[in-house]
Amino acid sequence: MAGEVTKIIDQKTLWGGGRSPFSVSYGKMMMWFFLISDALTFGGLLASLGFMKHKYVDVWPVSEQIFTHFPFTHAHLPLLYVAFMTFILIVSSVTMVLAVEAGHRKDRKNVTFWLFLTVIGGAIFLGSQAWEWSTFIAGPDGMISTWADNATLTQNFYGRGFTADNPILAPVQYSQFFFFVTGFHGTHVLSGVVINLIILIGVMQGKYEKVGHYEMVEKVGLYWHFIDLVWVFVFTFYYLV
Amino acid sequence: MSGHKEPFITKYLFSYDHKMISRQFLLTGTIMAFVGMVMSLLFRLQLSSPGESFWILNFLLGDKWAPDGVLDPNMYLALVTIHGTIMVFFLLTAGLSGTFANLLIPLQIGARDMASGMLNMLSYWFFFGSSVVMIISLFVEAGPAAGGWTVYPPLSALPEAMPGSGLGMTLWLVSMSLFIVSSLLGGLNYIVTIINLRTKGMSMTRLPLSIWALFLTAILGVLSFPVLFAAALLLIFDRTFGTSFYLSDIFIAGEALDRTGGSPLLYHHLFWFLGHPEVYIILLPALGLTSEIISCNSRKPIFGYRAMIGSLLAIGFLSFIVWGHHMYISGMNPFLGDVFTFTTLLIAIPSAVKVFNYLSTLWQGKINFTPAMMFAVAMVSTFITGGVTGIILADAALDINVHDTYFVVAHFHIVMGLSAVMAMFAGVYHWFPKMWGRMLNKKLGYIHFWITFACAYGVFFPQHIQGLAGLPRRYYSYSEFPMFEGVADIAMIVTVFAVIGGLIQFLFLFNLVYSMFRGPKAPQNPWRSNTLEWTTPVEHMHGNWPGELPTVHRWAYDYSNPAHEEDFVPQIVPLKDGEVDGGGH
Repeated sequence: MAGEVTKIIDQKTLWGGGRSPFSVSYGKMMMWFFLISDALTFGGLLASLGFMKHKYVDVWPVSEQIFTHFPFTHAHLPLLYVAFMTFILIVSSVTMVLAVEAGHRKDRKNVTFWLFLTVIGGAIFLGSQAWEWSTFIAGPDGMISTWADNATLTQNFYGRGFTADNPILAPVQYSQFFFFVTGFHGTHVLSGVVINLIILIGVMQGKYEKVGHYEMVEKVGLYWHFIDLVWVFVFTFYYLV
Repeated sequence: MSGHKEPFITKYLFSYDHKMISRQFLLTGTIMAFVGMVMSLLFRLQLSSPGESFWILNFLLGDKWAPDGVLDPNMYLALVTIHGTIMVFFLLTAGLSGTFANLLIPLQIGARDMASGMLNMLSYWFFFGSSVVMIISLFVEAGPAAGGWTVYPPLSALPEAMPGSGLGMTLWLVSMSLFIVSSLLGGLNYIVTIINLRTKGMSMTRLPLSIWALFLTAILGVLSFPVLFAAALLLIFDRTFGTSFYLSDIFIAGEALDRTGGSPLLYHHLFWFLGHPEVYIILLPALGLTSEIISCNSRKPIFGYRAMIGSLLAIGFLSFIVWGHHMYISGMNPFLGDVFTFTTLLIAIPSAVKVFNYLSTLWQGKINFTPAMMFAVAMVSTFITGGVTGIILADAALDINVHDTYFVVAHFHIVMGLSAVMAMFAGVYHWFPKMWGRMLNKKLGYIHFWITFACAYGVFFPQHIQGLAGLPRRYYSYSEFPMFEGVADIAMIVTVFAVIGGLIQFLFLFNLVYSMFRGPKAPQNPWRSNTLEWTTPVEHMHGNWPGELPTVHRWAYDYSNPAHEEDFVPQIVPLKDGEVDGGGH
């Protein structure tokens, strides 16, 4: 249909200029600018979080005292599980780097292998986040049942606000920002996993061998590293500071 | 068309070609502009003759919103809101940038097309969808969004807050989400095309100022719209999922809602972090087009080319650290007010550099008063008039007295609205021959210019006086307030000028549509301009240049160069022996 144009324009003369600046293809550059833009969205959200923390500087809960759970054990392990999640995400970034590197060598088998591990890493992270959310909703020692008590974004253990029967002193924004910020990041991870899967299928079908380069892997790699980097900031500003 | 007949759908609707997309943006923007303009005329009638009956109100709005021809107060608020939204986003952001970035970027840098034709097409269709949703929101039962174009919570965050806060507000948010996508796709494309696809010899310091302006506009858009996106997401959560990011201690009909602890001030910060750069997203293309037109029609090199680029950069940077000047009375820490006063006043410096450079370019030029040139000079005029009141409003101590009065209305309409509209008119008159291969009628252009220009000042100048007397904006009627008796009457002058100025735009519309089909054929370079777009054939073709891409040898402003016979030297003319390229000076 509208692909007509590309037929009419001679591809060889499309770049008529001298040396391409930065020697970067337009697609990769577009990805960089998109990531800058997306970073500003996260910046806006984290700034909002900071605004709210500042407003409730005396009563904002210390995350270290809240995220103390670890699956399959009742031990008191502050922030250990979220540290594990962070580690998984960083490792998946490493496997992504290896996939991109294999792409440079046009080594299809290794691209498939490392990209597959990256997808697995993303999936583990998402599953961990689901566990983290349900634990958060349930509160310490599972005081609320996620399903039976109809827990929601606002109706959960930490989201009750300054009411008389609330054992902890937390503004409702503490839980609302938890769901919003980690949820927004999680949406990015989910879309990243889906995109990685699509590219993985393309690699396995030999699509990029026909094109002659694996730049597509490089582009989704940029997106994946970005997601990883943003998580470091989310982790820092929500859990640590 | 290289002997190749294209089907209607790919040629006119889902086109990848930047010249077609530019025309699509212009036409959609024009339709939206007329919708927004007619709205403003409708609420002007109420402001000048409150409570009086007008058949036109009843005719256009029906018995529900104008019973017996008297405007309903809720509809008044809705009209003000949608007028603002349409003019700021749909006309002056997408209409202005979309049209001229698409037309000029590939043509002036010597590229075959945008970097990604498909994203470019999507950018237009997201914009189109966004326009359609915004128009649909006018027809929902409880009326469109009515909380002002800034959609401050709680009016925007609680569906039950006022009639327009329900479905109307939801559609407003849907429309703006589509708009943000459109602006992101467009912006990425503009930036990457300018960086990556310049032709041989087109260094950054040889770029026409229009391209520099559009480049920085796209960067501002890519950096500021995502923050609006974050703000809108939080707002959607407050509306839909019962969170209270922006809500605190809300009472409706005496009942307290269980929304506690949020802060509407947070929304103000997030919104204006977009909102202020948005002003420059509107203004920078206007400045760029004006630079181009003034230099060409004065037959002189633009004065201080490097200073012009520097001032664009400075304005772009400063626009991100001044948002607080919209919030002097929002309850922000007064110390922050001082900081924002300082940064805001700094913007006056690069703005003044631009104005003086325009005046120096005009000085002793051989000026061709084409309609485009008249509008470009008018833009400089309104930029000065509005800029001067900007200095007053920048100062927190002064602003507090006139905040939310007609003084502010007059200020931003002149400096942002009129300047950008004048530049857009100038751009259309100047580049119409490139867009449609035909000439606009000059006589109609002059009539359009003089009446528009006179009415523009007639509408907005008296509003300064109203504002200084304390007349608040956004009120439905002032008849209940004895202290405004004298100044409220000035509204009649404003309305008369508004109606005349509004009607004359239909003459422009006629000229535009008539000339598209019946105008005289345009020569290849009607304004004897230097830039590359005038080296392409008059008949549009894919890929813009029939053979090789042109090579650039000099800067874009070699007018009246004594070393050459003609008073213009196109960028494709090689340098003579010993000649030095002017761009470096």
